[in-house]
Amino acid sequence: MTIDVLIVGGGPAGLAAAIELRRLGAGRVLVAEREQQAGGVPRHCAHTGYGLRDRHRVGTGPAYARHYARAAVQAGAEVRASTTVTGWAGPRSVLLTSPAGIETVHARAVLLATGCRERPRAARLIPGGRPPGVLTTGELQQRVYLAGERLPGRALIVGAEHVSFSALVTLAHAGADVVGLVTEQPRQQSYAAFRAAAAVRWRVPVWTHAVVSRVDGRDQLTGVELRDVRTGATRFVPCETVVFTGGWIPDHELARSAAGLEIDTGSRGPVVDTTLATSVPGVFAAGNLVHPAETADVAALTGRHAARHIAAWLAATSPAGAAGQSAAGQASIAPARPGAAGPAGQAGAGQAGPGDRMAIAVTVAAPLSWISPGLLRDRATLPPRGKFVLRSTEYRPRATLEVSQDGRVLARHRARLMPGRSLTLPAGWLSQVSPSGGPVRVLAL
Amino acid sequence: MTGPHSHDQHGAGSAGASRSGTGRPAAGPHGAPGTPGGPPADVLIIGAGVVGTAIARTLAQYRLSCVLVEAAADVGTGTTKANTAILHTGFDAEPGTLESRLVRRGAQLLGGYAAQAGIPVERTGALLVAWTPEQQAALDPIADKARRNGYAAIRPVSRAELQRREPHLGPGALAALQIPDESIICPWTTPLAFATEAVRAGVRLVLRSRVTGITASTNGASGAGHAVQTDSGQVLRCRWLVNAAGLSSDRVDAMAGGGGFTITPRRGELIVYDKLARPLLNSILLPVPTARTKGVLLAPTVYGNVLLGPTAQDVPDPADTATTEAGLSGLQAQGARLLPGLAREEVTACYAGLRAATEHRDYQIRIDGARRYACVAGIRSTGLTASLAIAEYVVAELAGAGLPLRERETAGPPRMPPIGEAGTRPYQDPAKIAADAAYGQIVCHCERVTRGEIRDALAADVPPADLGGLRRRTRAMNGRCQGFYCAAAVSALAARLVPEPGRPR
Repeated sequence: MTIDVLIVGGGPAGLAAAIELRRLGAGRVLVAEREQQAGGVPRHCAHTGYGLRDRHRVGTGPAYARHYARAAVQAGAEVRASTTVTGWAGPRSVLLTSPAGIETVHARAVLLATGCRERPRAARLIPGGRPPGVLTTGELQQRVYLAGERLPGRALIVGAEHVSFSALVTLAHAGADVVGLVTEQPRQQSYAAFRAAAAVRWRVPVWTHAVVSRVDGRDQLTGVELRDVRTGATRFVPCETVVFTGGWIPDHELARSAAGLEIDTGSRGPVVDTTLATSVPGVFAAGNLVHPAETADVAALTGRHAARHIAAWLAATSPAGAAGQSAAGQASIAPARPGAAGPAGQAGAGQAGPGDRMAIAVTVAAPLSWISPGLLRDRATLPPRGKFVLRSTEYRPRATLEVSQDGRVLARHRARLMPGRSLTLPAGWLSQVSPSGGPVRVLAL
Repeated sequence: MTGPHSHDQHGAGSAGASRSGTGRPAAGPHGAPGTPGGPPADVLIIGAGVVGTAIARTLAQYRLSCVLVEAAADVGTGTTKANTAILHTGFDAEPGTLESRLVRRGAQLLGGYAAQAGIPVERTGALLVAWTPEQQAALDPIADKARRNGYAAIRPVSRAELQRREPHLGPGALAALQIPDESIICPWTTPLAFATEAVRAGVRLVLRSRVTGITASTNGASGAGHAVQTDSGQVLRCRWLVNAAGLSSDRVDAMAGGGGFTITPRRGELIVYDKLARPLLNSILLPVPTARTKGVLLAPTVYGNVLLGPTAQDVPDPADTATTEAGLSGLQAQGARLLPGLAREEVTACYAGLRAATEHRDYQIRIDGARRYACVAGIRSTGLTASLAIAEYVVAELAGAGLPLRERETAGPPRMPPIGEAGTRPYQDPAKIAADAAYGQIVCHCERVTRGEIRDALAADVPPADLGGLRRRTRAMNGRCQGFYCAAAVSALAARLVPEPGRPR
């Protein structure tokens, strides 16, 4: 099967991209979603708070997921659930497995929107027994909101960022008695409102400067040992459930198995430029695959952003020969695609993408762990929302982000660094970047 | 093959199940051999690990009534399930020992059996790497020892060749020996294949029954025998008794009036790295062994991961499979030295297994013909490889001691589900999906396990008793997300796995 755009992942980023692509006149757009329903992670986040930045209204996760899944179909995208991309068959060709069989799909452009997941207990190398009752927020939410499970007994939450409070709401809904939140950090990292609500409504303490040093139990979880990272003192907390929250890692297996697709060592997602193009021509990446993890509305907005540049790519590589591509890669209506064309024909046109004049890396140093986008290919294209997204591993209430190139300071911005919490950097300095210069460095001072 | 499964599983029924080797009448509906009211079983095997199940499937080739008793809710849940999953050549065994002989023979037998049964095996070969001049000096003696063990294919490998074979190896390797026939195998499918073959041939599998006492009993004209008490309240009678109780084999041996060895569980912690680490490694990387342990190795797994371990620590508790901070951090440091790229990859799982070590340097296999008792203990870490040879040896010894063996027609090895990466998995098989769409619906995304495979596992002759059992049969939930995406869906499909009262899942 030959199509115009294959979107891998039917979460907020992928569905928003599909809608935008169809709005811009892209031809055949296929969204491959491996779960039985499209919608992504919001499907099982039953609390409110979804849609602020993209839909300008706020609702629950499932309602938000339903909206996007429906809107993508209404926009004329083909959304296939229970459909897994199992590997590559070419630079923009993949293998799909679904109950209908195995199919090779050739696309003119591919958008990777596979999202991210939380690191489970094993990936955090936490020793001890291996009883059941040790979950991630993702598993917890699906068990509670999709499968209707109850979780009576005491529960402990590891982490104190936004998602941790989301786990708190879910545990309360499932009938658990949450005994506390544990964070290695000196303070919790969510909004004050969340913390206040947690303190008042559930009277849940947040234990700071503490890590889980052991999981106890054989056939059943009996509790966890906490260790104070300052003193080394330990305490045992009896509980029947423990939820490991946050610790995001992109679901990057497909991205990493693509020949020549460069991966960012910090975020572990694909390296993308401000158009969200990867190092493989015609392959783009959006959503929490490139910025693990932002809220769903931010993921949707990056999907929409990628869609505009994919449309431009389609136009530029169209067999009809669309010259006059705007250098800035601004949203342009792709011409209706005349007939099917194999992807091989366009492979040589890979360098014709918008604004292909430089390749300058954007780098960070500790305590900053990554920045996205991490590559500048032109000075005119702003990143999604006009901002770069970063993460810090340390808490610094009054920091300055300094942007420089070859020792020349391009910008300084005040910032509050908080682990597990979104941090952004306005992109106004982009026009001052020297196309012939070295990498752009972003430091936290 | 579907239908209700009691804990007390009968096979599909066969001549062997109803006609015992000693010519007694068939067991009627009122009592299968070995049960109260029924005639005593010809042979009762305690322990459904890889050794016990191998003995059961070997005995099932003869006209005998057999019972296989297991304390846990599933087969293969002790040492069998948590080890390095290597099909050894036995090149490094102690020459002249029974272990050396049986490992060598076992590798042959299991290699052939695995091909028939579809047990995942990959012949990756191993490289035994020397990192210090002392270790380098030990390579020649190791090669000599291998030849004395009857393994001649071992060969020295230069530093340059080592580099070529394992380009991601850390700096400082001096030289190596290549053992081309060392292989990796699925440690979960192996005992399941044995148990499935045994059950289909009429062996009665009694699960969730820990042996609490053994008394001598006479069975009238047929001579001496045993009455075996279990914590499930059953008393199982038999003529011949085989102790294959692994970590509990010294306790069982004491009940049977034996003695002469003590099991000291030796805990081995292991780390499983993400599948994305698999390209870092081509073969099994072995260290130069010490007197105490074979040391920490790196090996690919048949599921496409990389495994690092084991540590070696004696522990008092034969159920203490907890990992430790020191163990895991020590392994990580060693792994990063051996294969620096590992440090950049994610860890998928950490676990610990217990080897049934004794104070002796060889297997503790003793057959007492007068008491009709066989003790098959102290199998340490080579039981997976040696299992079929141990079974062959034990059954021959039992025959020599008077157990009558009369061959019968059996169906042979079962065909097990293809859960290895080297084969074609159902999600990759267009014909299979076309015939049944359930094989095209991937439920566990990290391991690409389909709804059809989970359904099949639940309906198998030896079905899982809990989610752990389902994981070992299908790989579901074993992947990098550890259930973030699929746990709820897999649990829903497995909802018919009803936990025993008082036994949490």
